[in-house]
Amino acid sequence: MLTPEEIEEIEHEAALVPVRRAACIEALKIVQQRRGYISDESLRDIAEHMGMSVEDLDSVATFYNLVFRRPVGRNVILLCDSISCYVMGYEKIYEYIRERLQIGFGETTRDGRFTLLPNCCLGTCDHAPALMINNELYRDLTTERLNEILTEYK
Amino acid sequence: MEKPLTQHINSNRPPLNFNEYSGVGGYEAVRKAMAMAPAEITKTVQDSDLKGRGGAGFNTGMKWSFVPMNGRHESKYLVANADEMEPGTFKDRLLLEGNPHQLIEGMIISAYAIQANVSYIFLRWAYKKAARVIRQAIAEAYDAGYLGKNILGSGFSLEMHLHTGVGRYMCGEETALLNALEGKRATPRTKPPFPQVSGLFGKPTIVNNVETLCNIPHIINRGAEWFKDLSLGDDAGTKLYGISGRVNKPGIWELPMGTTMRELIEEHGGGMRKGYKFKGALPGGASTDFLVEEHMDVKMDFRSVAAAGSRLGTGTMVILDDQTCPVGFVHNLEHFFAQESCGWCTPCREGLPWTEKILKSLENGSGRQEDISLLEMHTQFLGPGNTFCALAPGAMEPLQSALKYFRDDFEKHIDEKRCPYK
Repeated sequence: MLTPEEIEEIEHEAALVPVRRAACIEALKIVQQRRGYISDESLRDIAEHMGMSVEDLDSVATFYNLVFRRPVGRNVILLCDSISCYVMGYEKIYEYIRERLQIGFGETTRDGRFTLLPNCCLGTCDHAPALMINNELYRDLTTERLNEILTEYK
Repeated sequence: MEKPLTQHINSNRPPLNFNEYSGVGGYEAVRKAMAMAPAEITKTVQDSDLKGRGGAGFNTGMKWSFVPMNGRHESKYLVANADEMEPGTFKDRLLLEGNPHQLIEGMIISAYAIQANVSYIFLRWAYKKAARVIRQAIAEAYDAGYLGKNILGSGFSLEMHLHTGVGRYMCGEETALLNALEGKRATPRTKPPFPQVSGLFGKPTIVNNVETLCNIPHIINRGAEWFKDLSLGDDAGTKLYGISGRVNKPGIWELPMGTTMRELIEEHGGGMRKGYKFKGALPGGASTDFLVEEHMDVKMDFRSVAAAGSRLGTGTMVILDDQTCPVGFVHNLEHFFAQESCGWCTPCREGLPWTEKILKSLENGSGRQEDISLLEMHTQFLGPGNTFCALAPGAMEPLQSALKYFRDDFEKHIDEKRCPYK
């Protein structure tokens, strides 16, 4: 079941567009924001609310890499693996995370604290390598710096 | 040297708010534009020779001129493409975070020129700070009467919405972006019809890049001739140029269009880092052909870079140094393109993962003699004319030029059965 708050936010978005389904990506974002990811149940509820088939909405949800269809950890690390970060050594950062958190791309730590995902160019190439954790951008990364950053996330 | 786009951007303080922006001449161009006929604005922009800064380099005023102006279309749309995701590109971030009112002003004038009453800023998810300052700026513009109904008593009305995406490089392709705005998968559309005639929700639509739109207020204020005179090269205006990779001072600068690659790297980028030599560069993002040492004095404008066999693209350069493996470099690019292919067209969906696999095998030391001709075959089959959009042809540009300029490196990987850079 969608909560009244979720429905209110979705309706606010739906009112801004001439075709109802145009708000379906906003609806996915609104629900993911509150629940962390889009479960099968959430997907069914959103589809019904938007007047779409579940399959249609899932085809949209699975297309976009930042709609999570599986549970993620409390903190999501998005490590840039595009060209400038490649040249400037993102692979060292990746190895460090793998060793420290014991997770590779697409995995979540056993305590549910972190999920690690690769991400396309974060648009801060003059400060490569870079990553985002949740909504924060970190640039000019070194393993020492990353060590400190990770301790800030519980 | 004039820097119209970045003159009011100071990364150490918040962007100008409405009052501050107005205080330095902001929104004067809107007032001037509202006294002009829409066709006059389009003509001025066309005469200025402003070319699309998103990478394609098409004349902006010409693009606008394809929008039907016969009064029979009740709904038209203007969309700012702020889905900056071309690897190696970080120029629109500066404009979005640094001076959101400049973009809004450019959008109001552009929307007026095509008589669109609804506009969207399609912003990529990762630009959190930009989203915050744009929301604030839009609210201020509404409060001041520059957005909403009957702007400045002109009878012209414009709504503006911020849409933040949820990932995928494809959203930067203009027809795929429109599908994303309609709540669909971001796959490209058949052209024709072009979006100018049938775009968002089937209505006439213009999609312009952020940097393109930010130039508009200045062209209206100062005129087409002034804009042309800003340039040192064959194309008009200034350009945001960036450099990433192993130079001493990676960064972004607004410079006259047509600044040479040498000046960019040696002067603004501070030259190569100690111990590293220049081997090549992608002049404008991941989907442009390599330029090499012999091109150092090429002017970085659309025409000159094209004459040198590449594209200006986004104007943000990625440097390949002599200690980075060119095969590994191209493998990283093709991994990106294979992953970001939307799967709509067969050559792209199937060809890019194949390309990536071959490059990976070269890197792993299991390359075969025939792999080079297989890669060359892909550059043909995935080239222009075989797909709906420019993703696959773009993906082939760094590959085909790497095969041309760094062929030795490919051959060495096969002959020595290993990556000689490891």
